Amino acid sequence: MTEIPREEYILKCTSACAGCGGTLSLRYVLKAAGRDTILVVPACCTSVIQGTYPNTAFNIPVYNVAFASAAACASGMSTALRAAGKKTHVIVYAGDGGTVDIGIQALSGAFERGTDFLYICYDNEAYGNTGMQRSGATPLGARTTTTPAGKTQPKKDLDAIVAAHKPPYMATACPAYPKDLFQKVEKALSYRGPTFIHILSPCPPGWRFSTEKTVEMGKLAVRTGMWVLYEREQGKVTINGPSKAAMVKPLPAEEYLRAQGRFGGISAEAVSRMKDDAAALAQRLQKEEKGIC
Amino acid sequence: MSQRRRLAISRPVTGACGKTGSWRVFSPLIDREKCNACGLCAMYCPEAAISEDLAIDYDFCKGCGICANECPKKAVSMEREDK
Ligand SMILES: Cc1ncc(C[n+]2csc(CCOP(=O)(O)OP(=O)(O)O)c2C)c(N)n1
Ligand code: SF4
Ligand code: SF4
Ligand code: SF4
Ligand SMILES: [Mg+2]
Repeated sequence: MTEIPREEYILKCTSACAGCGGTLSLRYVLKAAGRDTILVVPACCTSVIQGTYPNTAFNIPVYNVAFASAAACASGMSTALRAAGKKTHVIVYAGDGGTVDIGIQALSGAFERGTDFLYICYDNEAYGNTGMQRSGATPLGARTTTTPAGKTQPKKDLDAIVAAHKPPYMATACPAYPKDLFQKVEKALSYRGPTFIHILSPCPPGWRFSTEKTVEMGKLAVRTGMWVLYEREQGKVTINGPSKAAMVKPLPAEEYLRAQGRFGGISAEAVSRMKDDAAALAQRLQKEEKGIC
Repeated sequence: MSQRRRLAISRPVTGACGKTGSWRVFSPLIDREKCNACGLCAMYCPEAAISEDLAIDYDFCKGCGICANECPKKAVSMEREDK
């Protein structure tokens, strides 16, 4: 791994909420990508926090596009750049709503075409920018403004959908582990073809915890096994260190759930289903890592 | 070129979203006696408001408190702003 560069590509400062996990993620994504990068951003918190015309806090080219079209725009952009002999990184940085719900067909199309780009979904598990409505990525039992009694459906398995396209590289990450995130972005960009990173990005107002706990919440997600850090390189799965440790000795899921207001009043059945789902995912990944599947 | 100028292109500037330091209710303060210069606070600051030599940019620090929460030496205290 190259050392994490000092260079910052987000100028002080964005209008993101204090303690924003999505902003911390982007800070490391851009450090890994470097100056020769174009960011494609659909409507989401990131498109708002970058600033209002004629000013922006982002010190690299950013293309703001309509919700459903991020991956399609990136496809055209990448094709044009490659035709001109340029190696410029094309990175989509989209929210979970813009990915698992609204942008999924464009994402699928770009992955099927083999577009040379990196698609990053920073996942705050709701439509943050418009006031925390539930998305397909909202977990079971979580209260949002449109699920005041807790969501009754489980989180959509975005990673399985992306994996079905057999991209050369895909990974999960979390800004509580910035070096791991940095390395994964570097690795993804070293491949030609469509690559994917799914970043769980703790969000203080949306998840209802106080702003100083963003990194702590990310670590809790991993240590309880509610979020698994892994990579799938040319189909081969590697579970990363912190999640390996959590699979041997996990913290109780309740430590993660109780720390967030959005899970207030969650039913025992929902907690038990989440635990079962997490255990099933861990088992599936462990099998895949060993080559049994 | 004249056509290009009419496109809505934003330019990067420092302070594009104002001086976010005014949001703070509590301010981080590093106790250099306790600090071992591990750099974790600077690594985790979402705003990159802590420099390499651990100077906090109070014009932009939003007072989230992540630096204090993550400091292994408990060297960062959050002090109430007197406004
Ligand atoms: C077609 C369309 N529908 C709705 C909106 C309103 N809108 C803007 S951002 C947003 C939420 C995006 O959620 P997500 O992708 O999860 O990103 P986040 O805001 O959470 O970062 C919505 C609904 C829009 N801009 N365009
Ligand atoms: S709502 Fe959440 S993701 Fe959006 S800017 Fe605020 S902290 Fe970040
Ligand atoms: S995290 Fe604490 S000990 Fe480490 S550099 Fe910052 S103030 Fe010093
Ligand atoms: S309080 Fe938050 S914004 Fe301010 S220096 Fe600490 S981590 Fe950065
Ligand atoms: Mg979201």
